[in-house]
Amino acid sequence: MSTHFNVSHRTRREFLTTAASGLGGAALTSILAGEGAFAARKPRRAAGALVNPLAPRQPHFPATAKRCIFIFMAGAPSQLDLFDYKPKLQELDGQKMPESLLKEMRFAFIQKDSATLMGSKRKFSQHGDSGMWFSDLVPNIATCADDICMIKSMQTDQFNHHPGQLMMQCGEAKFGSPVMGSWLSYGLGTENRNLPSYVVLTAGRGSSGGATLWSSGYLPSIHEGVRFRNEGDPILNLRNPEGMPRSLQRKGLDALRDLNQMRFEEIHDPEITSRIANYELAFRMQASAPELTDLSGESAGTLEIYGADREDPEVGAKRGGGPDQYRTFARNCLLARRMVERGVRFINIIHASWDHHSNLERELGFNAGMADQPIAALIKDLKQRGLFDSTLVVWAGEFGRTPLGENRPGYKEVTGRDHHPKAFSIWMAGGGVKGGLTYGETDEIGWDVVKDPVHINDFQATLLRLFGVNHLKLNYRHQGADKRLTSITRESHVIRELLA
Amino acid sequence: MSRFLPEILGPAAGCAVVLSFFCAEIKGESQEEMKPDFFRDVQPLLSEHCTACHGGVKRKGGISFTNRRDAFLEAKSGAVPVVPGDLEKSELVYRISTEDEDDRMPPEEALGAEEIALLTKWIAEGADWPVHWALQPVEKPKAAAVSGGHPIDRIVSARLKEAGIEPSPEADRRTLIRRLALDLTGLLPTPGEVERYLTDESADAYEEVVNRYMASAHFGERWARHWLDEARYADSAGYEKDSARADAYRWRDWVIEAINEDLPFDEFTVKQVAGDLLPGATREDRLATAFHLMTQFNLEGGVDAEEDRTKRVIDRISTIGSVWLGSTIGCAQCHDHPYDPVTQREFYEFYAFFNNADYEPIFIGEIPDDAEARVIKRYEQWKPIAEMLEAQLTNKSLSNKIQASLSRLRNFDNTNGFTRVVAERAENRRKAYVFRRGDFLQPLKEEGELTPGTPEAWHPLVPRAVAAKKAAAGEKDKEKKAEPVVADRLDLARWLVDPANPLPARVSVNKVWMHLFGAPLAPIPQDFGARGEPPTHPELLDWLAHFFVHEAGWSRKKLIKEIVMSETYRRSSRHRPALGDVDPDNVLLARQNRFRVEAELVRDLHLQAGGLLSLKVGGPSVFPPVPEDVAALSYANNFKWKTSEGEDRYRRGMYTFYKRTAPEPTLVTFDCPDASISNPARDSSNSPLQALATLQNEVFIEAVRSMAKNVLSAGAEDDGARLRAGFITALGRPPVAAEQSRLLRLLKESRDYYAGHTEEAKELAGAYTVASVPPAESAAWVATLRVVLNLDEFIVRG
Repeated sequence: MSTHFNVSHRTRREFLTTAASGLGGAALTSILAGEGAFAARKPRRAAGALVNPLAPRQPHFPATAKRCIFIFMAGAPSQLDLFDYKPKLQELDGQKMPESLLKEMRFAFIQKDSATLMGSKRKFSQHGDSGMWFSDLVPNIATCADDICMIKSMQTDQFNHHPGQLMMQCGEAKFGSPVMGSWLSYGLGTENRNLPSYVVLTAGRGSSGGATLWSSGYLPSIHEGVRFRNEGDPILNLRNPEGMPRSLQRKGLDALRDLNQMRFEEIHDPEITSRIANYELAFRMQASAPELTDLSGESAGTLEIYGADREDPEVGAKRGGGPDQYRTFARNCLLARRMVERGVRFINIIHASWDHHSNLERELGFNAGMADQPIAALIKDLKQRGLFDSTLVVWAGEFGRTPLGENRPGYKEVTGRDHHPKAFSIWMAGGGVKGGLTYGETDEIGWDVVKDPVHINDFQATLLRLFGVNHLKLNYRHQGADKRLTSITRESHVIRELLA
Repeated sequence: MSRFLPEILGPAAGCAVVLSFFCAEIKGESQEEMKPDFFRDVQPLLSEHCTACHGGVKRKGGISFTNRRDAFLEAKSGAVPVVPGDLEKSELVYRISTEDEDDRMPPEEALGAEEIALLTKWIAEGADWPVHWALQPVEKPKAAAVSGGHPIDRIVSARLKEAGIEPSPEADRRTLIRRLALDLTGLLPTPGEVERYLTDESADAYEEVVNRYMASAHFGERWARHWLDEARYADSAGYEKDSARADAYRWRDWVIEAINEDLPFDEFTVKQVAGDLLPGATREDRLATAFHLMTQFNLEGGVDAEEDRTKRVIDRISTIGSVWLGSTIGCAQCHDHPYDPVTQREFYEFYAFFNNADYEPIFIGEIPDDAEARVIKRYEQWKPIAEMLEAQLTNKSLSNKIQASLSRLRNFDNTNGFTRVVAERAENRRKAYVFRRGDFLQPLKEEGELTPGTPEAWHPLVPRAVAAKKAAAGEKDKEKKAEPVVADRLDLARWLVDPANPLPARVSVNKVWMHLFGAPLAPIPQDFGARGEPPTHPELLDWLAHFFVHEAGWSRKKLIKEIVMSETYRRSSRHRPALGDVDPDNVLLARQNRFRVEAELVRDLHLQAGGLLSLKVGGPSVFPPVPEDVAALSYANNFKWKTSEGEDRYRRGMYTFYKRTAPEPTLVTFDCPDASISNPARDSSNSPLQALATLQNEVFIEAVRSMAKNVLSAGAEDDGARLRAGFITALGRPPVAAEQSRLLRLLKESRDYYAGHTEEAKELAGAYTVASVPPAESAAWVATLRVVLNLDEFIVRG
């Protein structure tokens, strides 16, 4: 028998084998009727439909991480100005690169013949017992040095934004692939029946990937990320129509349940039972989602450390796009903690854009200022509440930025960096990763990885491993192949050194 | 070498476990007589346990189990995996049954006893490895020759009889007309239509309804939407920029019209695949080719234009594989296909058909006076780009410039009357090579230039020029070899619908069946290969395919009519718990299936019940109201969701502008596919977000307000009559007594509440008030009818 992960995708034969052993259709319905809130099925895949696809399930191995807050810095932040300290690059500022290094390289905008190296203008220093390096743009995150597991040797296959973002979220740059939040929801279900298993929070402008960054792809759509909104109702359609009080809503749902039940007794289609359960869940969600997003119960101290009421500074930076980013991002971090407390499996905080082809100093400063304080507060808050060890926090973009300054035709001066898939930095904290570890190295100018390269798929295999999931065994049959989060055409490895 | 032979060769007990389901179907046949069936029993085992290492991608030890020839070949070690009838010499038998862990296969976990027995029995009995079921010629099944009853019913009944299952009775007329209306037009039957059918005592009353709905213009909409899913239709270009493709609807409208006119499926195919190459191609023929242009188009800065082009070509191949051939041929772009007999080289030969299929803007629609000037202007804008695209073959650095120019030209908007169609490049034609690992930067030139061709395992393609020559040469010159003639896209298109090509007919009828039964006969419509699943009713699939091609002349309408006229289609969809153990999934079709309608229809039905739905067919896509933050999701800020006015707010869901990176949320909630890849079969999820949408969303509330107004102003004499009218409008049937009294109770509870809350009553009733009716009364009806429209039954096709 295949693993329990294939519940909603069992072949008819498997189902009948189970049915023969007494666990079949009708029996399952009654066992699970109480939780039969969700059902997803494809034509002729109905066998698994009676199993609640979001019921919590045990992973392959004991898990250290139970939940994940994935902070996705879409657009690709400059690792060279935040984490990967390269004094040599500063020294060589303005010089050309050896041609041999450039030969095979593809860039989005850089003109190879005239491009020169660009040193970071930031000041770097070491922090914590581990002596981890951080630039002066992230002083608060730096105070968490000994909790952070920094990977400086990340590599990706993609150098354009949308494909790169898909690569980071889906394991391959293919449209129609599920993102990792959907994979975890599919594999592990959720611990809170009154909230979605996978929530997306956004700040600033939309990202290059748009809704494809939380798409369940070929997985059942029940595992799609549910976007919580920053204004108005936290979830679309959550609020009753004007003039409909909750008491009458309840009476209406009672009548609806009774009529659906009568129909079920006539037609016997278990989907009706499932529909009844979903209306009940929707009703509970109407209460639980606003309760979740209502920050009035948080202490002034908590709001203060997250910076939940900060104004955007007047620095003339606009790339992040949209008003009120500091406040929104900080609140997103705080909301993520509240979701973690309530058992939401995967929370994706997406902020765009970090695509600093020009005006890097001002723009990156603006973004880092937005992100630094709330993220550090989040880590400390999780620790204080005893949630840190079981909650994985990730900071990542889709690729890195070049040590070369960007000299795109039409730019008067070189003030930014181009896309760089060969080497970039991401970090994790909590959830069973090794704090204080800096893993992998780039060369003197940060051009290429010289030690312990980590492909995005390796990182994803490791992330799943933290959840107790063997990345090779969390599968879904699609287009004839047993697909998984990591690419099926690449051999990916769990990086054990990252695990505590 | 000493060999361990399993002793379970005779009537295998284990075998019976695996086959129990099928044995149950074929009563009377003893287990001893059960021969392992290659497709049903053997191939799934090989695919599941062997081909990952011994297949098209990896051929460890020089062994592959993807096809008969390779499996019977000598391996590197000198051993032969499968020697028919000879267990001693068949290495496979030893490897799966040995207890020596170093030799045992699969290495990680031994097969179960019954699986070993099955494979062993299969080899012992001669290792029958027939041509893959989907590639066998379509032959008219014998069942069709027997007289009496509908052939579909004869085939289905025979299976039911074997299983000892009585078919369900015919559904009642109210259910039947609702089923037909939804399946054929995607709309509710009007109360008048229902009444007329109920009182029609003529023998052909049912057929009359079928004919009426099939003649409706909404038939084309309904079946076009299925096709749009397969064509990955959207109104934007995708990727980061995701700019509007305001001309996309031109092709969408062509599809609706073609289906309404019942353009035979063979012509429908040829025009879309290669309409531009038809002799004397009309504008409409050329427009049809925009099928290929539904691919995404990456206009992000810094994208390599040639890389994006090759991606689009690959997407076109994958789509044709999925839509017409039930093949995952796209899997062979980086390596030989892991499971099916398609080599990587064959993939790129197929690719070569499309390697010179460029596109150009043409003028479409009504021709204004200044058309010529506009065309000239457009070509002037277009020419430098075309030149750059040309030069870029040798000069890669032009990429950015090209992308930027294309970006500026991206809006072939409808006010200009332009649309893009496929145009075959005449000069400087690109050469096709195998791309190493699918990387466009690594063409394997040393392996030679490829000429267009189809995989060897499929029906042979004969270019029309060769066929013509052969015919002209006559019998005498049979020996003389014809000069090699290169096949083109038109040859490919005609090959797809060659009556002798078994795949497209089988694949197509399977999907038509799926739309009329909620489940296909071959369970994975896009994969008729080794990893797909064989059809539950092979004979029925073949009968349909044969009928479609040879009797219906590829007429979609005739095929659909033939199916809906069958008893099998007309059966009640009521579930039968008694069959829960025997046939829980209704595989044997004792009854019809019951399933939720698609995303667009959910909204359509609500609007229709509220009397708000616009029935206008075709035209530019529309922008019904969406929350502001959804419209703002777009990255590039190149796009404004300009909310439509008037009738366009209430158009059918299929006309809602589909923006790939920020699709209308209710569509997504109800499983509308994201248009990234060809999608033949939608999900049918059931979630709390769906409940919230139909309970609370502004559009749905507006529909119920309007419905309440209509019910209250129709002049019915009492609550009971009013409720009955609303119920019939929505569900096509009157409520039963228990339903009626339960709803009247809610009506009373609502009245009681609003009697003391006039302000809230006014809010709930909204703008849809009736002069003589107090707000509390209106509000109570809104609250009550809202429940009716949220009943499971309302959005389910029963």
